[in-house]
Amino acid sequence: MSFWTRHQVFEKNSIILIVGILLVIAIGGLVEITPLFYLKSTIEKVDGVRPYTPLELAGRNVYVREGCYLCHSQMIRPLRDEVERYGHFSLAAESMFDHPFQWGSKRTGPDLARVGAKYSDDWHVTHLTNPRAIVPQSVMPGYPFLKEAEVDPDTIADHMKTLRVVGVPYSDDQIANAGADLKAQADPDNAGSDAFSKRYAKAVVRNFDGKAGAPTEMDALIAYLQMLGTLVDFKIYNEKANLR
Amino acid sequence: MWFLAACSFERESAMPQPSISKTMTTGESGLSVVFAVTAFLSVIAAAKAVDAPFAFHATLFAIASVASVFCIVNRYFDRPAALPPAEINGRPNYNMGPIKFASFMAMFWGIAGFLVGLIIASQLAWPALNFDLPWTSFGRLRPLHTSAVIFAFGGNVLIATSFYVVQKSCRVRLAGDLAPWFVVLGYNFFILIAGTGYLLGVTQGKEYAEPEWYSDLWLTIVWVTYLLVFLVTVIKRKEPHIFVANWFYFAFIVTIAVLHLGNNPALPVSVFGSKSYVAWGGIQDAMFQWWYGHNAVGFFLTAGFLAIMYYFIPKRAERPIYSYRLSIIHFWALIFLYIWAGPHHLHYTALPDWTQTLGMTFSIMLWMPSWGGMINGLMTLSGAWDKLRTDPVLRMLVVSVAFYGMSTFEGPMMSIKVVNSLSHYTDWTIGHVHSGALGWVGFVSFGALYCLVPWAWNRKGLYSLKLVNWHFWIATLGIVLYISAMWVSGILQGLMWRAYTSLGFLEYSFIETVEAMHPFYIIRAAGGALFLLGALIMAYNLWMTVRVGEQEVQMPVALQPAE
Repeated sequence: MSFWTRHQVFEKNSIILIVGILLVIAIGGLVEITPLFYLKSTIEKVDGVRPYTPLELAGRNVYVREGCYLCHSQMIRPLRDEVERYGHFSLAAESMFDHPFQWGSKRTGPDLARVGAKYSDDWHVTHLTNPRAIVPQSVMPGYPFLKEAEVDPDTIADHMKTLRVVGVPYSDDQIANAGADLKAQADPDNAGSDAFSKRYAKAVVRNFDGKAGAPTEMDALIAYLQMLGTLVDFKIYNEKANLR
Repeated sequence: MWFLAACSFERESAMPQPSISKTMTTGESGLSVVFAVTAFLSVIAAAKAVDAPFAFHATLFAIASVASVFCIVNRYFDRPAALPPAEINGRPNYNMGPIKFASFMAMFWGIAGFLVGLIIASQLAWPALNFDLPWTSFGRLRPLHTSAVIFAFGGNVLIATSFYVVQKSCRVRLAGDLAPWFVVLGYNFFILIAGTGYLLGVTQGKEYAEPEWYSDLWLTIVWVTYLLVFLVTVIKRKEPHIFVANWFYFAFIVTIAVLHLGNNPALPVSVFGSKSYVAWGGIQDAMFQWWYGHNAVGFFLTAGFLAIMYYFIPKRAERPIYSYRLSIIHFWALIFLYIWAGPHHLHYTALPDWTQTLGMTFSIMLWMPSWGGMINGLMTLSGAWDKLRTDPVLRMLVVSVAFYGMSTFEGPMMSIKVVNSLSHYTDWTIGHVHSGALGWVGFVSFGALYCLVPWAWNRKGLYSLKLVNWHFWIATLGIVLYISAMWVSGILQGLMWRAYTSLGFLEYSFIETVEAMHPFYIIRAAGGALFLLGALIMAYNLWMTVRVGEQEVQMPVALQPAE
């Protein structure tokens, strides 16, 4: 029986055809995806990467909601010009708590993986409100409405609990104080900011939007942008140990 | 709104039957109960919603459920006692209602999607057009554009053509009574929920998989029904062999289900809220995403539209498929290789090198089965090439296959790591996508709709072939402007990013590269405007075909249902 005759079994039985399709399309995905869950070399061993603070998480949700990832990548490639332009190439470990990942696929604007601490809060407020006030040739939309929208401190704990279920190691302590921490990070005079700083290493406490009152989405987004890429100290990062 | 449209589509098919006692079918009564319960639950969800978009969507669900119950009951009272027979005088009684509806929606969403594309292209040239409002900013409109053209336009074309092709090639009426209507209406309702969600800021933040958890669940139900309708129709077929196009439709439907389920498992923060967090994180999420993303291209935009090619080109050219054996080989090779290609979207990222190398290797191999499909499509014309001069619809179909060949050469080339280091993150990617999307998917869809509308509405032919010719040339010019502008801007920007001065400093700041893009963004928008203009001409032509086109005389006239 020739190959072409044998193939008729697929041409004459719809269920066998479907099973055949399922088997054939399963292989590639299984080979490429499953090892990423157990190969130890997949994610580098580094110090300093922690889950987002409540305010940063709220800011990240604004980032996702406004579709920033459609124009800004967060993934610096190990190419000479990129490392010189943006800083050390991105590590897998730096986005291991990201649900979803925001590496992006297009740079209509510059990469943001290490934008943290590069510009002042003031710069960000002005730029996000009207990008062309600072960079006349910019094609970025303005986001003046972020200053007016307050962040809800009461629901952020639910977000952190959900993230804990999908694998982000938030502690009970962090979840119990989520609402208070959210307010404390945007208010240096807040009594809770010391306790907050202990819960989140390297977290910055500032009035990000420069406005008095409850934290806004502008506070949250800038808190998020200002921490991007700042958690790993590359002076002590062991490049050789993690070479893949 | 389209529920009412659907009801009237359905009523057309009602015809007098000898009277037998009339009862509701299990489907009618069962679905009415299910929708009544859904309406009730949706009202509760709307009342308890924790955010405004969720309340809005729950309300839409409630309205749609009530409308469904109304439509089902109304149809029951309007219809004759017996359901439409599977055969009339020994000829299959094809079910054209859902096909007409999906064709109409395809044209509607196509124009909407092209229009939003033109708007966001203009925003990149003139950022003031973002208006500093949340729901008009680029970041929210871009997913609206991609979903509207891929899933709304492309999806409706695929559903319409697959329901047509499966009936004709199996010589049997579409399976199910209400089920095909549930598929077309449910799918378009999914589009409505997803699209309005983007404008309101409801998104998962995963490219081409932006709809949130409840839209994803709804789509899963619709999609499984789609598979069942298609499968049962094939099982009931009167032909011993399953026609080639149907293999591709199967691969498309089955694989999209697998991809959708694999990429989207998410945990909602509240069952009464829109926000959820996807189960995968970081690197695994990236790999899942591009396994999904690339195969949305491979199975939605390629396998599904190859099925269209395999039916409509032979039909229109009145020639058999060039090589049956080639179609067997290229079918299995294509679906096997495509699924590996995802990692080429993640070259030089934190994804391990072994995965990147696998992705690149398989992407290059993919060139072969892709061109196998192109050859099979083009060579089907052998002996009928002269028809390209006289039939602009066939010309559109053939040019689409040529574009398919071009982008499936460009894709493997861009997946080579050194090429990708230049092209990634630039407009070259956008140009590549659009040569495939406008040239291949767009043109093959237009060609298929130009064939399908006269067939489904029983018209002798199109209202005007001259207008098809205008559409063809205007759209082709638009595509050429679009893709050449993006090639130049993409390669220019990639080169500027890596340019060094003689002293070893980076030559250009980022914003200088943005500024250099400006003229190309204007040219691109002009190309998009031409493509949109072509689609408007098409919509007019199809509308007039349905409205004033001459009825095809079928034998025997009285016994062939008008649907």
